[in-house]
Amino acid sequence: MSDSFDVIVIGSGPGGYVCAIRAAQLGLKVACVEKRPTLGGTCLNIGCIPSKALLQSSEEFEKTKHALADHGVLVDGVKLDLARMQARKVEVVSANTKGVEFLFRKNKVTWLKGTGRITGPGSVDVAGKSYSTKNIVIATGSESVRLAGVTVDETRIVTSTGALELEKVPSHLVVIGGGVIGLELGSVWRRLGAEVTVVEFLDRIVPGMDTEIATAFQRILQKQGIKFRLSTKVTGATVGETGVTLTVESVKGGPAETIAADVVLLSIGRRPYTEGLGLEEAGVELDDRKRVKVNPHYATNIPGIYAIGDVIPGPMLAHKGEEEGVAVAEILAGQAGHVNYNAIPGVVYTWPEVASVGQTEEELKAGGIAYTVGKFPFTANGRARAMGDTDGFVKILADHATDRLLGAHVLGPDAGTLIAELTIAIEFGASAEDVARICHAHPTLSEAVKEAALAVDGRALHI
Amino acid sequence: MATEILVPTLGESVTTATVARWIKQQGESVAADEPLVELETDKVTVEVNAPSAGVLSSIAVPEGTEVEVGSLLGFLDGAAAAAKPTEDPPVGVNPPKRAPGPVSRPAASEPTHAPLPAASKMLADNKVDAADVGTGTGKDGRITKGDVLDFLNRPAAAPAQAPVAKAPRQDEPREQRVKMTRLRRTIAQRLKEAQNNAAMLTTFNEVDMSAIMALRSEYRDAFEKKHKGVRLGFMSVFVRACCVALKEFPAVNSEIDGDDVVYKNFVHMGIAVGGPSGLVVPVIRDADQLGFAGIEGAIADFGKRARDGGLKLDDLTGGTFSITNGGIYGSLMSTPILNPPQSAILGMHKIQDRPMVVGGKIEIRPMMYLALSYDHRIVDGKEAVSFLVRVKEGVEDPRRLLLDL
Repeated sequence: MSDSFDVIVIGSGPGGYVCAIRAAQLGLKVACVEKRPTLGGTCLNIGCIPSKALLQSSEEFEKTKHALADHGVLVDGVKLDLARMQARKVEVVSANTKGVEFLFRKNKVTWLKGTGRITGPGSVDVAGKSYSTKNIVIATGSESVRLAGVTVDETRIVTSTGALELEKVPSHLVVIGGGVIGLELGSVWRRLGAEVTVVEFLDRIVPGMDTEIATAFQRILQKQGIKFRLSTKVTGATVGETGVTLTVESVKGGPAETIAADVVLLSIGRRPYTEGLGLEEAGVELDDRKRVKVNPHYATNIPGIYAIGDVIPGPMLAHKGEEEGVAVAEILAGQAGHVNYNAIPGVVYTWPEVASVGQTEEELKAGGIAYTVGKFPFTANGRARAMGDTDGFVKILADHATDRLLGAHVLGPDAGTLIAELTIAIEFGASAEDVARICHAHPTLSEAVKEAALAVDGRALHI
Repeated sequence: MATEILVPTLGESVTTATVARWIKQQGESVAADEPLVELETDKVTVEVNAPSAGVLSSIAVPEGTEVEVGSLLGFLDGAAAAAKPTEDPPVGVNPPKRAPGPVSRPAASEPTHAPLPAASKMLADNKVDAADVGTGTGKDGRITKGDVLDFLNRPAAAPAQAPVAKAPRQDEPREQRVKMTRLRRTIAQRLKEAQNNAAMLTTFNEVDMSAIMALRSEYRDAFEKKHKGVRLGFMSVFVRACCVALKEFPAVNSEIDGDDVVYKNFVHMGIAVGGPSGLVVPVIRDADQLGFAGIEGAIADFGKRARDGGLKLDDLTGGTFSITNGGIYGSLMSTPILNPPQSAILGMHKIQDRPMVVGGKIEIRPMMYLALSYDHRIVDGKEAVSFLVRVKEGVEDPRRLLLDL
């Protein structure tokens, strides 16, 4: 029985499984520990993939019900079969997790089933058995942050996990937290017929995103029917016979109010998940926010123990974890692994989508960097008009002196796909003019990107 | 299998080289470690040897092309010869993969990666060669628009003159246009840099060479015998005299770095030597610690290696003061130019018999004019003049050197 490895990766989320595959590609003997019955971690099982399945399905429903008539397509008696929608989601998830299983077999990565526990450098216990390894990669991800006074039961008061499993469309869904997860899942249930209220502690939604984009985004969501209670804090939640009563009050003070909801979604952020991993005993250092401390090569303070993904600082994004997984695998194989943190896109998969890469206007201001802005609205883009999706705009920020791209923000149809070219441009050190000088096919949404790049120099052609 | 022939690391701060000469031609078979191609850098000529035996199957860059460290020069086919299997390329570098087509890079001096689109246009608009901009700040050294803007704004390339200088001129029938070698370009750039930056001026003196000529004729043979063929020349006396004077006037042996003056508590003496491809200034490390024989030995070695092209990069860097001898070409008087970041340079000249007044009578003496060019920003006139007088005294009476006077 082979129970010694070059690398044991703990966690099979997008960071972990990609790390395991890449390490195996480089000729290392790899095992990956996963306690769930399926591989893929939060992302594939209870995160990105099931939420995108429901986002797609709910969008098709809404489009068929409301938008097709405008195109001259008349459909009578559109009805929702939520059970089928959920079953389809399960099929999508299952196909993906099985896909990772296949990839493990293909690359000869051993799946150690059970909860991993580090018992010392080079030693991991899984399901009562000890394995020795040259290196350990911690990729245990994150979990939802809880809120005092709001007890999650995953039926009435749910996290994203429960919000993906609802068997009935709630008549009133209250989302605590106006971040990415809350807005995506809020959108799903609004499209399916729920009244949705978002309660946010800050005075804005999607904190960290470019403010101008966030403001326009909120306006569009409001137009779609989502209600916002900003600068409002939730002080408690009581589960009753028919629903949940939330107590809220203004951040600035004032009388407490109550909001009645069928279902409450708690989505105020995520925190690193390292419970039971044995980090304390192993002496692995954490920072003040319980994130694993690593050096630029993802090494912890204990030789032979590395960490990637949501357990270390940085944006909690699947693709950020994947890049780190590849980098650490390459480092372990003696190569020069590297992640450019300035070129990591972030996407909100609502409709319209929101996508950004690089710095926001606020960050540039705070950094005292002289910049030029170029913007182009989708109302002036032929394809967006033809699609009937003209909400939003492209915003490009370039260095005032050198024209180098510093940030790009897209609010609009397929923003998540459009951001790819701007990410490449930033990675290559391109200027706004470079993007403007590259031929973009007509008629496509990507022309809006080119026009925004032209607008940096004040010479957009179609506006 | 084909092995890539890459531009090797050329030493600190050297990123580009020019392909000077392909020693082997396409299709020629070579033994392991046999030189394939000669690269010329700012300072030295480097040979790239065959990593293994094989056949030079293709040449990716023609002679005269500027190449970056790590870029592809050609391919060596190991299978054709009965050689040991080629070793893996070194880990850690990612050589750019490129089809080995002879016409893949026709332009004479394009860097490895094409400049980004806006940069390309700006280069063309301003008639600037990408090679002049150098390595860019984009991914893998690509030239960005910002790099071109920065280049155009550099004080040396004053916008008014740069385009004029770059304008291609039609050659007249009896003119011949030759590309400047890298060495020549570097010399040109460094010399202009020295003139632009330093407050340079020159002080003169003359030295009576009778004493050291007498010393030399008296001890020449004994010296050569004792020091295994090293010949006693005048150079070592001047080097010693300068070392003694530099100790006394440390400003002459210092450099300006931003707002600071950096004093050197050692003397790395640069000795200008003419080579076949131009002037080089190899450096005698810790010259102040060496005796006459050590200095003469080092100079003889430099002269030989300069002729053979055997000088290494390390030999040419780090000097704190320089001596140039125009006298060997017959110069009677000149104003040498500083070798930045050094602050002074001593010019030696031709020895000529001249009538001198000695003790109230006219005598024929072998005389040499001395010139000291110095950077007035950190060296005061008094220091410069006194330094030169001290050198003169040392040479005229070498006994002083014995006593460190």
